[in-house]
Parts: sequence; structure tokens; C-alpha cells
Amino acid sequence: MPFIPHTEDDIKAMLAAVGARDINELFDEIPAALRSGKLTQVPPRAAEMEVTRLMSERAAQDGRPLCFIGAGAYEHHIPAAVWELTTRGEFYSAYTPYQAEASQGTLQLLYEFQTMMASLTGMDVSNASLYDGASALAEAVLMAVRANRNACAKRVFMPGTVHPIYRKVVHSIVKNQNIELIEIPYCSAGGHTVPESLEKFQAGEFAALVIPQPNFFGVLEEVDALTDWAHAHGALVIAVVNPVSLALLKPPGEWGEKGADIVCGDGQPLGVPLSSGGPYFGFLCCKQEHVRQMPGRIVGRTLDVDGKPGFALTLQAREQHIRRSKATSNICTNQGLLVTAATIHMALLGPDGLERVAAHSHANTLALLASVCALPGVERVFERPLFHEAVIRVAGDAGAVLRAMQARNILAGFDLTPYYPELGNAILLCATETKTPQDIEHYTTALQQSLTQRAPARRAEYSV
Amino acid sequence: MSNIPSDLFYTKTHEWVKRNADGTVTVGITDHAQDLLGDVVFVETPQAGRKLKAGEACAVIESVKAAADVYGPLSGEVVEANAQLADHPEQVNKEPYGAGWLLRLKPDNAAEMSALLDAAAYSTFVAAESH
Repeated sequence: MPFIPHTEDDIKAMLAAVGARDINELFDEIPAALRSGKLTQVPPRAAEMEVTRLMSERAAQDGRPLCFIGAGAYEHHIPAAVWELTTRGEFYSAYTPYQAEASQGTLQLLYEFQTMMASLTGMDVSNASLYDGASALAEAVLMAVRANRNACAKRVFMPGTVHPIYRKVVHSIVKNQNIELIEIPYCSAGGHTVPESLEKFQAGEFAALVIPQPNFFGVLEEVDALTDWAHAHGALVIAVVNPVSLALLKPPGEWGEKGADIVCGDGQPLGVPLSSGGPYFGFLCCKQEHVRQMPGRIVGRTLDVDGKPGFALTLQAREQHIRRSKATSNICTNQGLLVTAATIHMALLGPDGLERVAAHSHANTLALLASVCALPGVERVFERPLFHEAVIRVAGDAGAVLRAMQARNILAGFDLTPYYPELGNAILLCATETKTPQDIEHYTTALQQSLTQRAPARRAEYSV
Repeated sequence: MSNIPSDLFYTKTHEWVKRNADGTVTVGITDHAQDLLGDVVFVETPQAGRKLKAGEACAVIESVKAAADVYGPLSGEVVEANAQLADHPEQVNKEPYGAGWLLRLKPDNAAEMSALLDAAAYSTFVAAESH
């Protein structure tokens, strides 16, 4: 069955109408140097049966390891009803339809998602999602630079405690718009951004300060002091947060005296499985005063001509179909299906359920930390309070220890050495509510063995 | 027929310019422009102190059906923007030549005024454009 509705005759007729000889001619205006050319790494074609087999074999390679890696993507229990409902035909579409208001169900769902996210973050408005946490942060940076008209410079503070891959993505997206990201070092004892380290900067020199909470190390930042400092110096505050943590922590809208201005993050912990790295979804919320600089769709609740409640897209003049090249972004609904799952997930858990998930994850990580730090050759790196991740330092090569753990079917953490070499053999670990006391004991025993049997494990690896 | 006061100057992008006694000029959009846009719901004005080049986008008017850029009619420095529009964007529809003014500009070069249209020329331009 063909999935492209145009017949050869249709294509010929359309080409004739625009006066082009063939389809390639339509791309003539793209300089040859910018074209990708032949995709030599992509096989020419594969039948469905072959693809299914290949993907099954690849999926089997993942195995069923016990996962203690967080670092931006978290294993949480997802009630079976979430994806049972999400994949129903009525929801199983990634986009708002072109006549959006014809799909009142989709709009109601987005409205509920936006209401939940605004309530979790303490903001006035939310959009209908972005690609992922990293691109959400990039959009937040672009938005802050547009919104902060008092700042004369397009500079944004990006603490070193922000996820290193997020920082890289943000850099890629904003560098050609002449936005400068200024990295702020972190405290080697606390693992947090020290508000005093900002004192050398003058008001008006920058548009925004990014504050991660919890930060990449799992550590809680001094959000109130940082927020107040930024506002006192004419900068907007961009919070990049884990949505699950907000069930326990103060919402960014209440940070400091005035609260954060923009809040973003990755929505994956809200009902989206790890799936070998995606797809996930980003979220973006803000105060009402910045809503016109926000990218993406916003759904409002209204009354129809008969006075009955209904849902409609609102503030569309920001969007590409109206503002064209000057739109805030080309972002639309984005990850609609994942947002559907997140909305159902949050509705099923409720505020109390989400709080229990957060508290249980926090307690498990503290238990894991206490357990492994009792081993010789393992120490906690940062002293400040944390959410559900922690950094340990091991006596021995971190990569080798992690490989030895993997050989025992445990994904023991994220190797920090390529990103933070100054921390030595540091590993970022995470124990969510999915981990039992037995899992933590198992991890500890395996780590003890991996530390002492490190050398043989490494030789075995190289001999393969 | 829209209202085109004879004592103002105009651009082909539908801004009007009024000369003030202190050497500054006041800028807004014409009655014809507000009529095309429909109900204005939001106006973004430039910060005072901003330097503009003639023809540069300097404000945004958002209506229920469109978002339109407003272009600086002359080169110069923004002296003041109409702060009332933040809470009362509908003034652009109600009084485009009065309370709905957008900004005051201190022109760099008074000679640029000669490139603007007078009321008769703008009237002819609007008539031609609407055909």
C-alpha cells in the first residue's frame, strides 16, 4: 500500500503547473555545498519483516539490567493504564489537527496538561510541549533574550551545574544568534552555584540567569538567593527543573521575592519510559507578562455562542502561521502523544501520588548513598542536600568500575569523568522509587566486588 | 473612506508622522491600517533611547487576526513610547491619530521628512492599493 497519496500523474501535473522539469529542480536554490549528498551509511531499503527482526535483536541487546543511571532520564513506575489509554485511537495522533477546534478532546487534554504544569511550576501559563529538556532550555534562553528588553547585552549565565549535554545543545541553538553563554563555576565542596560568585558582574550586562533545581549533580541550589540576585541586577530567571521534584520542592514561581520568570525541563519522568533514550518531551512555562514571547501552542477555555464551555487555541499571533518569519519559534504541539501520557500519568497519581514518588526516590537515593559510602574506597563528593541523585568518588577508574558493574547486569551510574575531570573518578547515581532495599544491597555488594576485582574485569573486556 | 488628516505626513507602510514644536515627531498607524488589522489586542512598543533607522521594524501590533510590524518612518532616537497602550491597546482602533499614538522620535535628519507622503499622496496611494 502506498503511503504517499500523489500518483505519478499528479506529480507531473504539479511540476508542469510550476514549470519545473523534475522534483530535484525544486531544490535548485539550495547551494550544492549545503546538500547532504548520498547517505552512504543508510541502507537502501529493508522490508518490514527484516526491520522487525533487526529491531528485536537490537532491543534484546539492551537486556534487563538494574538501572541506577539518572543524569536527565529517570526510571519511574508507570501505571499500566497510562499507555493503555494514551494509545487509544482517539488520542493516538502527535499533532493538533489543522482545524484544531474540531478536536475538542485533544484541546481539552492540552488544556489540562497546561493547567497541571502551571500549577506544578507555580507559573501562569504553559505551552503544549517541546522536543526535550535540552531544546526547552534553548527556547527558554531565546525567549529570555527577547523578553528582557532592559538588558543591553545578549548574555546569559549558564552555571556549570546545568546538565552538560543541555549546555551543548543550547550552545548549538543560540550561538548563531549572537547570544553568549557565560559559564559560572560551582563550589567544589557543595556542588552548587555560589551566589557570591556572581558579584563581579554588573546590572544590565546580561539578560538572564539559568538556575537548575536540582542541578546535574542532584544537589539543591540556593534558588532564593540566586533568583533575588538576578532580579536585583535586571536579569530574568530561567529555572530548569525535574517536574517530579516539584511535588516536594518549592515551585520556581515562589523562588525568592518575585519567583522565576521562565520554567523549563524534561517531562520524561512523568509517564514516559526510558526507551533507550527517547522520544521524551520538553515543557516550558512562564509568567503571564512573558507569554507573548513564549513559543508553541496555548489552549484556552472559553464559552461558545450558546454559552457552553469549550476549548480554543489562543494567542496564536506569536505563531508561525500568522507571524511567519518573525514568529517566536517554529515550535507547534511537538510531543503531543507524550504529553497525553504525562497528563494521564499525573491525573492517575495526583499531587499526593507524585509527592510519594518524589519522597520515595529521595529516600532510596539517600539509602544507596549511605550503603555504598560505608565501603572502603567510596566517598560522597558533595555535602549539600540533594533530591534523588548523588555524586560518589571511587578509588579506581570510574569507567572500569561501571563496566565491571555492567558485567554484573547493573547500570551503576553515569560516568562524570569526561564532563567534570576535576572531580576525579566521580559517578552520578540515582535510585528512584522502583528500587527495593534488596536492589540497594545487591548494588552495594556488586560495587564492593567490582572495586576489588577491577583489574581482571578490565582485562576481560579488552580480550573480547 | 478612511480618515486621513491633512496636517500629517505618511508612509507607504501606513504609519503617520506629526511634527511637534520641540523638534520631535509623533508616530502612529493610520485609520486605514487599524481598519485592516481589526481589533487590536496587544501593542509592543520600543524602549526609549533606542536608535532607529528609517524603515526599521520598531513596534508590533497584534490584532485578533494578525500581527503586524510597525516601521520607523525616519531615522532617529525613540524619546518616548505610549505606555497607555500596554493596558489599552484598543486606543489604536478608537483614536489612531490621538490616544493611540505609538512613539515619539527625535529625528537625526530633518531632511528625511521630504521623503514622506502628504495627505493627498497617501490618499491616492491607499486608493490605488485597495484596487
